[in-house]
Parts: sequence; structure tokens; C-alpha cells
Amino acid sequence: MSEAIPAIELDGVVKEYLSHGETVQAVKGVSLAIGEGEFFSLLGPSGCGKTTTMRMVAGFEEPTKGVVRLHGQDVTDVPPNKRDVNMVFQSYALFPHMSVWENVAFGLRRRRVPDAEVKQRVGEILEIVDLTGREKRRPREMSGGQQQRVALARALVNRPRALLLDEPLGALDLKLRQAMQIELKRIQREVGITFVYVTHDQSEALTMSDRIAVMNDGLVEQLATPREIYEKPASKFVAGFIGTSNLLTGTVASVEGAGAVVRLGAEDRILVSGPSTAGETVDLTVRPEKITISTEQPEGDLSVVRGTVNEVVYLGTYNSYAVGLADGAEIMVFQQNANDSSVTAERGDTVWLSWQPQHSYAL
Amino acid sequence: MKRSRAPYWLALPGWLWLAIFLVVPIAAMASVSLTTGNLIDGFAQTLSVSNYSDAIAKYSTQLVRSLVYGGVATLLMLILGYPVAYWIAFKGGHRKSMFLFLLLLPFFVSFVLRTISWGFLLADDGILFGTLKGWGLLPEDFHVLATTVAVIGGLVYNFLPFMILPIYVALERVDPRVIEAAYDLYASRFDAFRRVVLPLSLPGVFAGVLMTFVPASADPVNAAVLGGTGNTMIGNIIQTEYLVNSNYPTASALSFTLMAVLLVGIFIYARALGTENVMEAAAR
Repeated sequence: MSEAIPAIELDGVVKEYLSHGETVQAVKGVSLAIGEGEFFSLLGPSGCGKTTTMRMVAGFEEPTKGVVRLHGQDVTDVPPNKRDVNMVFQSYALFPHMSVWENVAFGLRRRRVPDAEVKQRVGEILEIVDLTGREKRRPREMSGGQQQRVALARALVNRPRALLLDEPLGALDLKLRQAMQIELKRIQREVGITFVYVTHDQSEALTMSDRIAVMNDGLVEQLATPREIYEKPASKFVAGFIGTSNLLTGTVASVEGAGAVVRLGAEDRILVSGPSTAGETVDLTVRPEKITISTEQPEGDLSVVRGTVNEVVYLGTYNSYAVGLADGAEIMVFQQNANDSSVTAERGDTVWLSWQPQHSYAL
Repeated sequence: MKRSRAPYWLALPGWLWLAIFLVVPIAAMASVSLTTGNLIDGFAQTLSVSNYSDAIAKYSTQLVRSLVYGGVATLLMLILGYPVAYWIAFKGGHRKSMFLFLLLLPFFVSFVLRTISWGFLLADDGILFGTLKGWGLLPEDFHVLATTVAVIGGLVYNFLPFMILPIYVALERVDPRVIEAAYDLYASRFDAFRRVVLPLSLPGVFAGVLMTFVPASADPVNAAVLGGTGNTMIGNIIQTEYLVNSNYPTASALSFTLMAVLLVGIFIYARALGTENVMEAAAR
């Protein structure tokens, strides 16, 4: 993948808008390469520039600076109707005056594909998205999930070299959304096309993607696999945006080899690699499910902090604890409900929290 | 649960309004169209259908001319109005309301006055042609007033906003992402317009044509002010028969004939354009 020509390449792409006489940078310099056949997600909160980035790949926006390449070819100035990528729009943007069949056949007909082939390919793709028998329906006679699949079929039938999806599941309810996530992944495997997926839903991105670019404020904060992004967030923003994270601020007490000991309170001792100067203030993060909660001081080479239980919530598959630390910070702890459902500590108890040193990072 | 009757009672004023101001006058007019007599001796109900055949025989030229003028004017309004509506809807930006206001601005001046000012403008030795003739840019015998061109021009000028507004409303409702989707699916600008924008704006075109063709065909003012003796339209005849000649039966019969012709025309037009398509696109 790294040696081959990437399907999509952005090189120093900047997009500026003029808004009320002021120049606003929606995208502040994004460079990334998306491999052939990859399921790639652009993840970030609204206004982070992810949709603008995708629209520049589709050709609806022209970059102020930088180059967009599709399969090694500079397409920066190529209009959308001449680009070999197709888009699935957020609101589907189906043609309301056309039947399902006409919607799906639209792209092929514009490319003057012979009628017999149009018939065959539309039939095939409708079968893949499970809409056979509904060819004559109008979009407004269909449910949200069905419209979604028409939009997908309308783009995929053209066999584009990359498919761009702009929050395609945003309008669906939770159950349907989860079903469509699996469906999308299946379709992507079946057709083997590069998917670029824009979403603000971190669980959606984690579930489906091969790689994720987490965007914030017009820049890519981290580009990595879902596992890496979750386990090793590169910045405070990524740690906070993906999943539940505990952010702690402490002072480096001493440096021992490659690691450092960070203290919050007198009895706390957090082991981190990275910071090398004693007295330095560091931000660090640890995931709630990595933490063990106990009423006695744990043994061994662990990161340990002491606190008081503020809240215990029973959530079925796990118990959630909110533990207040000496410096006023609160740590979330998830305890798997594996053997018995009883809780380790009650509200107001003093507890020890511990975790393996590799689970906390200085940011 | 017992259904409330309140909605029906609330509709009552509307029904009363329609009954008193539409059904009653039309019925009265229908009755008058079948009478015979004159103003001095009075009119008697004789159910004489010959009023219709006589009126049509006498004024068929003007009737046909009215439909032709109305039709040509409507066509010109469509050609002129569609691009304006398109431009305001898609390129108007945050000044849309201002452009719409400008479009309606002429309505602050009375219809008759607007038409008369056109008369001044088009006069043989008026501000426009007089000046151009003075400069030798136009031949001395050039004239527009009292011609077909002047009447149709006046109709176009006076009714154009009624064409633009419904088309604008239809275009305004077209989701810009649907147009983007067309480009994304390899449509050229022309294809995107023809296959997506135009069909989606048809309900507006339909409404615009109705709102201009009907009043333009029946209009008496433009032909009276801007036309000559050869440009008399059916509206002028009805007006003269009613107000000048006091020939109420003939005037009523002509009114009904015009109404019938227009209704039939609209029906054929709706079928040709495809009511189904129009209704379907409108129902979205």
C-alpha cells in the first residue's frame, strides 16, 4: 500500500472562505494519502473541516492552496463531473422526480453506457443493496434506510475508483445505523472500492475504518488505525474526542531511566514514559476500562492513585465509578461485570486506583 | 372520540364568500347572457342561445387575436422570466429579498398609469424614438405605438412578475445538493439543468403560465392604450358592449365564451405538460 500510488492524495491543501469580509480558513493545510481499497474515515466535530476536505476531493470546492491527486493525477482543477469519484450525500440528494431505477441509472446514462449494459448493471447493484423489486418507487415513497441504499447504489453503479460518503448514516435511527454500518462494510468488501467516510460519530469510525484521520480546527490531529487512535491518542483533543478518557495533570517528581514518576497527591505515583525533566507539568491520559479499583493498596510496578468514590452507577455489563482525587480531579473507572455483580466500593469509600504503566501517556 | 365540527364551521365564512361573490355573480351573468332586449325596453329572459352564436360570429377575429396575443406574450414572458427567476434563486445570495422587492416595485404604480407611461415612451416623437429620430438613427416613419408589437410588449411588461414569482418559488425549493449530485454523476451543466433543475421547476412554470396567460388574454387596457384599431382584443369588446353599448346579453355571452375557451385551453395544456408530473413534483 505504501509503495503503490495512493488512490487519493492531498498535498498541503488549504481552503479559505470569505465570510462577512473576513478570510476564514476551513482547512488549514491537510496532507494525507489514502490507499487503494482502503476504508478511510475523516472524523471530527462539526466545523473541523472534514466535509470541506471531502468536497475538495469530489471537486465541489477548489483548494485555495495545495494539490489534490487521484491515482497520481493532479485533478485540482478538474470539475466534479469529470472526476472518477462518486459521492453519497448527507441527505442522500436523490432526484425526487425520478424512480429508483432512473436515479441509479443516471450516471451510466450520462456516460452513454449502452442500454443493455445499463439494465444489467442497475439490476446487479440493486440486488447488492437489496432493493430488487422496488425499481419503480419514487424516493419519497421509501423509508430513510431504503433511500440511503438507493443513494449508495446510485454512486456505486458507476464503479468509481473511490466512493466519498458524507455522514451517510446521520439521518437514521440507532438500530438502522448499526445495521447499515455492517452493511456498508460488507458492500465495501464486495466491490473493493476505496471508501472515504466523513463522520462525527467516533464509534462509527472505529467500527468500520481501516484508518482514521481525526480532524480538529482545520488540521489532522492524528492519522492512524482505530486501535492506535483509541489506545494511543496523540493529543489531548483526540483522547477527549474518542471514547471516554481521563485527563490528569501532574508534576514530574523524578526521572528513572526512560520513564518518569508523576505525582498528583502525596500517595500517588504514575509511571509514564516521555517527560524527562523533573518539575515539569504534564498532561496525561488513561482509559476508564484500564483501571483496577481496590480497597487495599495494590502491589507491584503499577501506576497508583488514591481517591474517594463520588458515585457508583450500575450499567449492566459494567459498573462505572467516579472517583475524586486529592487535587479535585475526577477519574472514571469502568469495572467489567464478569463474575458477580457486587461492587468493590460504595459511595464515600476511600479506594486505590491502579493500572499498567503502558496505559497512560503524556500528551 | 367524537370528532369536532369546529373546522367545518371555521370554513363557513370562506364558503359564504365564494357563494356570494363568485357563484351568485356567475349565475346572474349566465342568466343575463340568455336574455334579449335593450336598455330602454328592458331585458327579458328568453333563453336565447343565439346570443352566443351571434357574438362568436361577430367577434371571432378578436377572440382568436386575444388568444394569439396572450399566447405569444406568455411565451415571451417564459423566455424572459425563467432566467431572471433562476438568477435570483441561485445567484441572488443574501440580496434575494431585495431583488424580489425590485420585481414588485412597479406594482406600487397603478396598472393603467404604467401602461400609459409606456405609451409616452413608445410615442412616435416621444423621448425615446423622437430623440433617436433626431439623431438620424431611426427613419422618420418608424413607429411602434398602435402596432401588435406595442400591445404584446405591454402585456409582457405588465404581467412578467406573475411569471417570475412562481418559477422563483419552485427553483428556490430545489435542493442545491440535488444539483451537485447531478454534477457528481457526470452531468454537464446543460444536462444537470435539463434533467434535474428544469423538471423540478415545472410546477412553477405551470403556475406562471396560468397566472399570465389568463389575464393577458382577457386584458383590455394594453390594447386600448398601446394598440391601434387593428389590435382590438376581446377584453375591449366586452368592455365596450357592456359600458358603452349597454348590450349586456352580448357582453355576458362573450365573457362566458372567453371563460370556456380559457378553461379548455388550460385543460389541454395541463394534459400536455402532464398533470401527473406537475402534481407529483409539486407534492414533494
